[in-house]
Amino acid sequence: MATMTFGRAINAGLRRAMENDPKVVLMGEDIGKLGGVFRVTDGLQKDFGPHRVVDTPLAESGIMGTAVGMAYRGYRPVVEIQFDGFIYPAFDQIVCQVAKLHYRTQGNVKMPITIRVPFGGGIGSPEHHSESPEAYFTHTSGLRVVSVSNPQDAYVMIQQAIASNDPILYFEPKRRYHLKGEVDESVDITATGMGAARVVTEGSDVTLVTYGPLVPTARDAAVAASDDGVSVEVIDLRSLAPIDFATVEKSVRKTGRLVITHEAAQSGGLGAEIAASITERCFYYLEHAPVRVTGFDIPYPYSKLEFHHLPDLDRILDGVDRALGRPNSLSGLEG
Amino acid sequence: MLLNNEADAAQDELVQLIAPNGERRHHPVYDRWVADVDGEALQALYRDMVVIRRIDAEATALQRQGELALWPPFLGQEAAQIGSARALREDDFVFSSYRESGVAYCRGVDLTDLMRVWRGNASAGWDPFAINMAPTQVIIGAQTLHATGYAMGILHDGADSVAVTYFGDGATSQGDVNEAMVFAASYQAPVIFFCQNNQWAISEPVRLQAHVPIARRAPGFGIPSVRVDGNDVLACLAVTREALDRARTGGGPTFIEAVTYRMGPHTTADDPTRYRDANELEDWAAKDPIARLAGLLDAEGLLPAEVSDSVQASADDVAARLREGCISMPEPAAQDVFKHVYSEPNSWLERQQDQYERYLASFESPVSDSSEEASR
Repeated sequence: MATMTFGRAINAGLRRAMENDPKVVLMGEDIGKLGGVFRVTDGLQKDFGPHRVVDTPLAESGIMGTAVGMAYRGYRPVVEIQFDGFIYPAFDQIVCQVAKLHYRTQGNVKMPITIRVPFGGGIGSPEHHSESPEAYFTHTSGLRVVSVSNPQDAYVMIQQAIASNDPILYFEPKRRYHLKGEVDESVDITATGMGAARVVTEGSDVTLVTYGPLVPTARDAAVAASDDGVSVEVIDLRSLAPIDFATVEKSVRKTGRLVITHEAAQSGGLGAEIAASITERCFYYLEHAPVRVTGFDIPYPYSKLEFHHLPDLDRILDGVDRALGRPNSLSGLEG
Repeated sequence: MLLNNEADAAQDELVQLIAPNGERRHHPVYDRWVADVDGEALQALYRDMVVIRRIDAEATALQRQGELALWPPFLGQEAAQIGSARALREDDFVFSSYRESGVAYCRGVDLTDLMRVWRGNASAGWDPFAINMAPTQVIIGAQTLHATGYAMGILHDGADSVAVTYFGDGATSQGDVNEAMVFAASYQAPVIFFCQNNQWAISEPVRLQAHVPIARRAPGFGIPSVRVDGNDVLACLAVTREALDRARTGGGPTFIEAVTYRMGPHTTADDPTRYRDANELEDWAAKDPIARLAGLLDAEGLLPAEVSDSVQASADDVAARLREGCISMPEPAAQDVFKHVYSEPNSWLERQQDQYERYLASFESPVSDSSEEASR
């Protein structure tokens, strides 16, 4: 076991994947000498050379499209998109090519591309640096989407993503890059599937589902709720497409109450999908309508306002109160 | 200093080795690239062009008869496709758009496979690795980046193969094509950008895409370019061979603008009489690629009746096999709709497939309304 930051854990996972498979190639802007703007690829170009850690021109569609070509040639590209809000120029290549080539070619062409995306807010950045675009990709068949919340998962799941023959969006919560945790580097990455959700905190009154940057916040909320006598079960989805609904369903059958929280905007978001799917699967076990605690349906605000937009501990607790039918900010309005 | 100078004008000239009347034109640079092309080789190019024109005609007929959903004809572009594709080695890799059926023919595509997409039986007709050609690409220009990335992979591998990407004049307006040229130049990737400027992007004339000859753009990216008479199969072969040689020997990318004409509609769903002049069609008919080569062959006594009869017989045979393969294609199974979305199991899709199979099965045996299953 070693203690390392989130960013360092991804770096260690990338290093391990590159050591194990010479076909793994990293591509992105500023990932070479600089080590990426978040330093996640720090030192890798020095050790593996500029042909395996490729600094690219500043063109996201170009990066993604050439990664497709590299995959055709038998490589396993790991693409870094510098910030969430910069992914849109690559959207066409991701949705029309990366996601569909396996289907289009009846499985003849594999797209083992990992797309790393630092995402989410909370770091005081200007516009386009704090977005949560995951729902665009969970809505796109052919892609798998994951988000990691702690150094151990980051280390294991980046290797699982690279080893997968399906294309994967790997969302890294950028405000947690400096979060430290224990990482067991000897773990067998094939022992667990990447798709399984994880019960972070066991509880019996409310199921609180989240992923990525809000997992630590949700865990803190569960601690705060327990001081108030409420037992919250926190689930870290890890995989956003597909979602491990069996784990969520099992929990909701126990608690009868579901709160979903994410930074992304509410309407048409993952919370809606989770609420609908869980309602379909265990309607008769629910004691209350599922509750969503999310970012608002607004463009990501300037940084002085971002903590109004981002769900925090108190907003999550307010959501827990709603799910429990206890006095809450919307008391008297719900029906 | 204005960049739009006389040197540019010289660069705009088309490389031409066979004049529209069939006369062999000599070229100080490009003659040597086709010095080995003897009478037999010319006859083979002629045969190829006649055969693919027959494929095009047969496919158009199949669409009119309701056997194909759609067909994008390449009538008039035979020389550009045959001349370039016949220059390639087996280990080169092609990334084309959807109009390069003639190129696919040269790569050795199975005739039935050529029809699958257009009959609606598949989203890609062939295994790309069986003929080293990616499937038809519908998103305009997207494939140019794939070719460039593939070429970057060739560089990593230390191989001397070349990636060749085909696209039209319309595609040159796309960001992807321009980004592909940036990447290709930066990494000196062994890729050939083969632009078939057929003058029309559905109804939009090339002047809407480009205010100067398209080939002029590439040098701005640091990529050498050449304009070639796209209706001259020998010239297309020569310029492609030169570009391949440059790529194989570490010289990086080349941009070729093959100036040709789309004699037919954009697809069988299009009606070009709404937007273009019949006179224009007549002008280009006079530059026909097959008639031109026939003229040269004839002048040299290389097109006796037995040769032209044999070529026609080959074309008819190919057309018959194409038709037979097309109409006898088996229908896909309902379950195929879920196949190959992922290469690994996916719980969401498995559930939907399971539910759809139950739904289909419900036509076979009535659904029990008491079980919990019925409400799933």
